[in-house]
Amino acid sequence: MNGSANTIEVEQLSYRYPDGTQALENVSLRIAAGERVALVGPNGGGKSTLMLHLNGVLRSASARIVIAGMPLNDQNLGKIRAAVGLVFQNPDDQLFSPLVYGDVAFGPLHMGLPESEVRARVERALTAVGLTSFAERVSHHLSVGEKKRVALATVLSMEPSILVLDEPSAGLDPRGRRELIDLLRTFDQHTLLISTHDMRLANDLCARLIVLDQGRVVADGRTSDLIHDAALMEAHGLESPP
Amino acid sequence: MLIPVLAMHIPDGFLSLPVAAVGWLLLIILIGIALRQTRRQLGERQIPLMGILAAFVFAAQMINFPVAGGTSGHLLGALLIAVLLGPWATVLVMTCVIGVQGLLFQDGGLTALGFNVVNMGIISGFVGYAVYTLVRRGMGRTFRGQWIGAALGAWLGVVIASAACALELAASGTSPLSIAFPAMVGVHALIGVGEALITVAALTFIRRTRPDLLGTTATVAAKGWGWIAAGLLIALAITFASPLADRNPDGLDRVATDHGFVSLEQAPPYKLLPNYTVPFIPEAGVTTIAAGIIGVLVVAGAGYGVARVAGRKADDPAKLPASEG
Amino acid sequence: MIRERYQAGDGYLYRLDARVKVVLTLLLIVGVMLTPERAWPAYPLLWALLGSLAVISRLSAWRLTRLGGLALPFTLAAAALPFTMPGHPLIALAGLTVSDTGLARFLSILLKSWLAVQAALLLALTTPFTDLLWALASLHLPETLIAIIGFMYRYLYTLSDEAQRLLRARASRSARLPDQRAGGGLIWRARSAGGMVGSLFLRSYERSERVYAAMLSRGYAGRIRSLDPLPLTGKALLDGALPICVLILIESAALLWWAK
Repeated sequence: MNGSANTIEVEQLSYRYPDGTQALENVSLRIAAGERVALVGPNGGGKSTLMLHLNGVLRSASARIVIAGMPLNDQNLGKIRAAVGLVFQNPDDQLFSPLVYGDVAFGPLHMGLPESEVRARVERALTAVGLTSFAERVSHHLSVGEKKRVALATVLSMEPSILVLDEPSAGLDPRGRRELIDLLRTFDQHTLLISTHDMRLANDLCARLIVLDQGRVVADGRTSDLIHDAALMEAHGLESPP
Repeated sequence: MLIPVLAMHIPDGFLSLPVAAVGWLLLIILIGIALRQTRRQLGERQIPLMGILAAFVFAAQMINFPVAGGTSGHLLGALLIAVLLGPWATVLVMTCVIGVQGLLFQDGGLTALGFNVVNMGIISGFVGYAVYTLVRRGMGRTFRGQWIGAALGAWLGVVIASAACALELAASGTSPLSIAFPAMVGVHALIGVGEALITVAALTFIRRTRPDLLGTTATVAAKGWGWIAAGLLIALAITFASPLADRNPDGLDRVATDHGFVSLEQAPPYKLLPNYTVPFIPEAGVTTIAAGIIGVLVVAGAGYGVARVAGRKADDPAKLPASEG
Repeated sequence: MIRERYQAGDGYLYRLDARVKVVLTLLLIVGVMLTPERAWPAYPLLWALLGSLAVISRLSAWRLTRLGGLALPFTLAAAALPFTMPGHPLIALAGLTVSDTGLARFLSILLKSWLAVQAALLLALTTPFTDLLWALASLHLPETLIAIIGFMYRYLYTLSDEAQRLLRARASRSARLPDQRAGGGLIWRARSAGGMVGSLFLRSYERSERVYAAMLSRGYAGRIRSLDPLPLTGKALLDGALPICVLILIESAALLWWAK
């Protein structure tokens, strides 16, 4: 990695789904290392699609995307996936081993790390999300909040520098939400990009706000400024927090 | 030769109309029986259950894993459904899956649909289930018996299904048996390994999370020797029928000798018994049958033998799983 | 990614009664297969028939022909025919002889399968799946089976999307460090894939229980009731008759031509 201050660089990203809908249109953004950015906007606005481009699950032929100093191409794909931890909205989609240990170990195992290192990483990842004794638990039987934290652990074990979270607080009760926000606050070594409908979470955690509507970036600035712009919020299907 | 042979979805035109009609007849009869059986075994919930699980099989077939050099393995699913829901439900579920694949996506022909379902859904399910039951019987219903039975059943189901497919192609005059059989069976002997691995892994997952599901309706059908006999009969029937069905009995050799060329053996990718001969038995047809029977008996015997031996070393009762094996 | 072939449109096939369409398609396919192998003029005629059906349904005949090629890779299964069928030798290829009967059979299989797929495509392109299912029900497919297929269709996309997301989640965790052999062992990869299958199974199974509970709450007692189908009109039958007549003409001509 070179000493680039920007760890995520997206330039002119457009994406059209196979059925013809234009999901993203000329999206450009730069995120510096260590920043915490909230990505907001109405459903169908393109947030998830954008996120899937950041680790190469979706690819665009025309856009220029550089992650952690590496241009996104076939050679760097493996390394970029180690650098970007992408956590999906539905934890069930990410937990596919019978035991928590298996899921959290998947990333490091795939990377070919030795068994001792894998075990160490699993322990660190579970501790980071507050589930230290959960390794032998059956994923399927956990609560939604616990599953979400395991899902987060499954990417933490790869020790990424960037965390991309898709609607992390969706489906959580107020306590679960509170615990999640407190947990995310502890990740001060990472760059965070969080897509959310929860404007209070955005305000609590992220200094910067990007509004994505109909596949276009319509606003990009300080959360504290944008969030109190009632007209802007309403125009894009958002609510100012009380 | 390998890539199209990997999927057993036969398009229209490759099976002659008489052969295709036989396939349809078989399918219709089996669907009729299955409908009655599932109504008894599953009751009212059968419709949403089988419908959603048919969608599951379709979706699960998308889940793959790299095997070697760019190829990947994935699931057919007949044996998996047979273990979880019983063999008759498998008939209906796989009919839906393969039927929808044919109707919506033209994956496999419409006249060939009969045998496509029979091969990929029913033969693989029934033969697999027979092996599964046999092994479990031999190992006294332990968990180990379950996964060994599932592995062997999944593998043999796929292999026998591919043999049936080769047989149907030969009977239609589309491909001489001497080429179709080794090609299909050879390739599917490898593909079957993938099926076995992923089936066992799926069952292991289910056992860890909802072991109660492994002791439901499937065991209703597991009594008696009916299924074991049925499965072995199917496998044997396919081997018996092979040389009789081949409309090009001598294939390449015949042409070469007819025209006085040096006989160029078109080496099949996988040679089980060279030219399907058994020493001491001269007649070509009998030889093929004999070799086939030997093959089936070897696998069946191996399965039972493994089951017995492994069962003797079974864990002590304290370690047996709490639910019904 | 699932993409159904059906696309909304207007034209002859779109307006045809679904039941008539299903029977028409089957007759076309069977007709193609019954064509005597070496009645070579029949093939372009049949292709013209299918192409015309496409055109009067405002579909591209060229696109139909192209899509019809999707079954062609399977013809490798018949690739041995030219070399193994006994007959008059034509040419020698890499030390093997090609016989006339073998080549004829191979070509006829290729052409017939190409035509048959086009016929099936015409049905799929012009018929929404629900209409197709309704047609099958009217043609007396067992009602339980129809109901099961209906459920399968309803949840096909939902579960396929879930499978897709599982695959994406796995891809997102499939990282590679420089100078490190990655990928895990074969058994481990199979185990992960199997876990995904098992996880998907459980969610599907549990979903089916919730669906069943919802059905019970709305009075379900084991039979899916649906509206009775409209009676088949004479006009609908007549509409479907024309292509059949053309088909019969072509086949008769082929038989005569081949028999002489």
